[in-house]
Amino acid sequence: MQLEQFHYDNKIVKKFLYATILWGVVGMLVGLLLAFMFLFPNLTDGISWLSFGRLRPLHTNAVIFAFVGNAIFAGVYYSTQRLLKARMWSDLLSNINFWGWQLIIVAAAITLPLGFTSSKEYAELEWPIDIAIALIWVAFGLNLIGTMVKRRQRHLYVAIWFYIATFVTVAVLHIFNSMALPVTAFKSYSAYAGVQDALVQWWYGHNAVAFFLTTPFLGLMYYFVPKAANRPVYSYRLSIIHFWSLIFIYIWAGPHHLLYSALPDWAQNLGVAFSVMLIAPSWGGMINGLLTLRGAWDKVRTDPVLKFMVVAITGYGMATFEGPMLSLKNVNAIAHFSDWIIAHVHVGALAWNGFMTFGIIYYLVPILFKTKLASTKLANFHFWIGTLGIILYALPMYVAGFVQAFMWKQFNPDGTLAYGNFLETVNEIMPMYWMRAIGGVFYLTGMLVLVYNVIITIRQGSTVTDDLVEAAPLTRVSKSRTASEGWHTWLERKPLKLTLYSTVAILIGGLVQIVPSLMVDDYIPVISSVKPYTPLELEGRDIYIREGCVGCHSQMIRPFRSEVERYGEYSKAGEYVYDRPFLFGSKRTGPDLMRVGGKYNDNWHLNHFYDPQTTSSGSIMPSYKWLIANKHDRSNAGDKLEVMATLGVPYSPADIENAQENMAVQALKIEKSLMNDPDFAKTYAADKKFAEQNGEEFVEMRDREVVSIIAYLQRLGTDIKVKNGDDLTINQND
Amino acid sequence: MLKFIKGNLEAIDGVSIYPIISLLIFFTFFLVLFLYVFTAKKDHIKSLSEMPINEPTKIQENE
Repeated sequence: MQLEQFHYDNKIVKKFLYATILWGVVGMLVGLLLAFMFLFPNLTDGISWLSFGRLRPLHTNAVIFAFVGNAIFAGVYYSTQRLLKARMWSDLLSNINFWGWQLIIVAAAITLPLGFTSSKEYAELEWPIDIAIALIWVAFGLNLIGTMVKRRQRHLYVAIWFYIATFVTVAVLHIFNSMALPVTAFKSYSAYAGVQDALVQWWYGHNAVAFFLTTPFLGLMYYFVPKAANRPVYSYRLSIIHFWSLIFIYIWAGPHHLLYSALPDWAQNLGVAFSVMLIAPSWGGMINGLLTLRGAWDKVRTDPVLKFMVVAITGYGMATFEGPMLSLKNVNAIAHFSDWIIAHVHVGALAWNGFMTFGIIYYLVPILFKTKLASTKLANFHFWIGTLGIILYALPMYVAGFVQAFMWKQFNPDGTLAYGNFLETVNEIMPMYWMRAIGGVFYLTGMLVLVYNVIITIRQGSTVTDDLVEAAPLTRVSKSRTASEGWHTWLERKPLKLTLYSTVAILIGGLVQIVPSLMVDDYIPVISSVKPYTPLELEGRDIYIREGCVGCHSQMIRPFRSEVERYGEYSKAGEYVYDRPFLFGSKRTGPDLMRVGGKYNDNWHLNHFYDPQTTSSGSIMPSYKWLIANKHDRSNAGDKLEVMATLGVPYSPADIENAQENMAVQALKIEKSLMNDPDFAKTYAADKKFAEQNGEEFVEMRDREVVSIIAYLQRLGTDIKVKNGDDLTINQND
Repeated sequence: MLKFIKGNLEAIDGVSIYPIISLLIFFTFFLVLFLYVFTAKKDHIKSLSEMPINEPTKIQENE
């Protein structure tokens, strides 16, 4: 057989590695800034684009899609070429993948701080960027499949299976969850409403964790751990079971993010059952990874690459043990909305994704630059300070989660809440927030040490060149099974069949869950008193979305005595039918706002936005002064109602026609009610006079942003005053 | 009161078929998977698992 010579594309791997390191530093820096905002809420006072609510999605997106995303591409492009004995199919697609992805990241880094967000977690980017993501992702997938088609290795190693599943599933999830109808270039409304939107979002959200942070990294683990340890994986059979059961089960588990919510019970229970089952494949994978090091543990003592990988796999094991536990309803009742979840995700992100990435970087950089790692000592230092950082981050957050959740639930003997003021529970955990921030400093320090170590390694190395290798091309084998081969060998040499089967595996779970949830929309008990938002309230809601309020405030009162006592009547599915997108939230850094309407007067809200600490002593909410100063551009109100009407919200043509007038009436009413406070009336009049005397333009209070958001907040939860079930009807739709 | 959160599914026609289908799909899936894995030949499995280790060696190029 004539051997063919060809080059591996190393330059694209180098590019992705650089991007990984750059965005890693950025993502972690933003995270650290956020950690300090818990301690100094007004650290970026008055700068809207540096406010907590807008930076939080920037942090999560930067870490997930920029840092981990680029690491995935670097690892996949390196290992795929070697496992398939072929150069990537198309250099052009490789570069489109690289530059396109970086452009998307830059677009995210600009639009998120500006407040362009869909508010759906890990899918915050607005529709034009969503389309770009889909295109670039397809370019990546085409390149991957093209390389498989022209491969010189008959069988596909298990890592490749994980990459295929990653590509297929992320594409499906992203497209379904991002369905929205645009109003303007950077504003759209979700195609789904309320409970249905929540179900689709967490089907996506959970599987973004599964198929973006887990499956590609498992593929990388199955390649890089054997490489670094120089021995094959512990059990290849186990890896096959691991793969199929993981992708088959993972896709069902999404509803565990919505336990005790207004989601139908059956969907919640389905999510719990599958989440508990997930522990089997997850731990199978962890054990397989760790046991690959059998007989090589002496290497772990000296090789920083293996050290990082061992902690990474251990972190994976811890997070995937915790995941199923958190899905149990009784555990979830405590953990949900608390800092426990923050600890959980950071064990995954810092240990599993972060440390695996560091291991891969320390492994690849010397190979690509044809040299040795400049300083093993510094790499070891990075390992220890990073590990310490993870512990210092996670442990205090666990404690904070428990302490706060139990304080929320504590009753006095007379049946009143022991800590009726939410802020008492916040003040109690401030020391834990301090420790977390210090843990973050440690972890970031380690990252900066990596940057320095990589730079001096590159300086002493030579330029990256494409490796020349040779391998025999594949001979043609009949499509059907040959006499000598078993069905294993037959299936495993069919990449497209494999792709198809893995798609089917993930679609089964998706369909069983999504189809009934699409139907359930029609069967949600309709509460006749629940009405669509007025145009002004809708504008206010859009500000609530823009400012990322949902990052700290939930709108979902669970049916617990402690929550009903604190926040009011528990949430009903029928209350959310006009919510596009849904705003359940997933974290209560501040109290739930489901029934905040009418709880305080308009002036309280104004003062609270201006300086939260004056109305609520010890509050860690930042001030939102710009809402009070800014004129509110409500020119799109009619278009917004029209889009909503297209989506099925019952706005009449007259509502759309008269949107502006209706808004003016409601805004004026709020302005008048604000005047009831003599202090406010006095300063307002003085401001007006000052502007007149100095010839400055004066924005009437009724035209400012704060009036819209007050309108929205005062509406929240006020639609139902039902005390028994007679007020609702079931819509049978026949 | 429980009407608000319970029984949303019962309203869907023929919904009882869903859990049965789910169970069947599951059972079959894992049965086939285990059969597949445990009937694989040892040599085949071994050659697969050694793929990352047995990569073609780099050829020195004159630069």
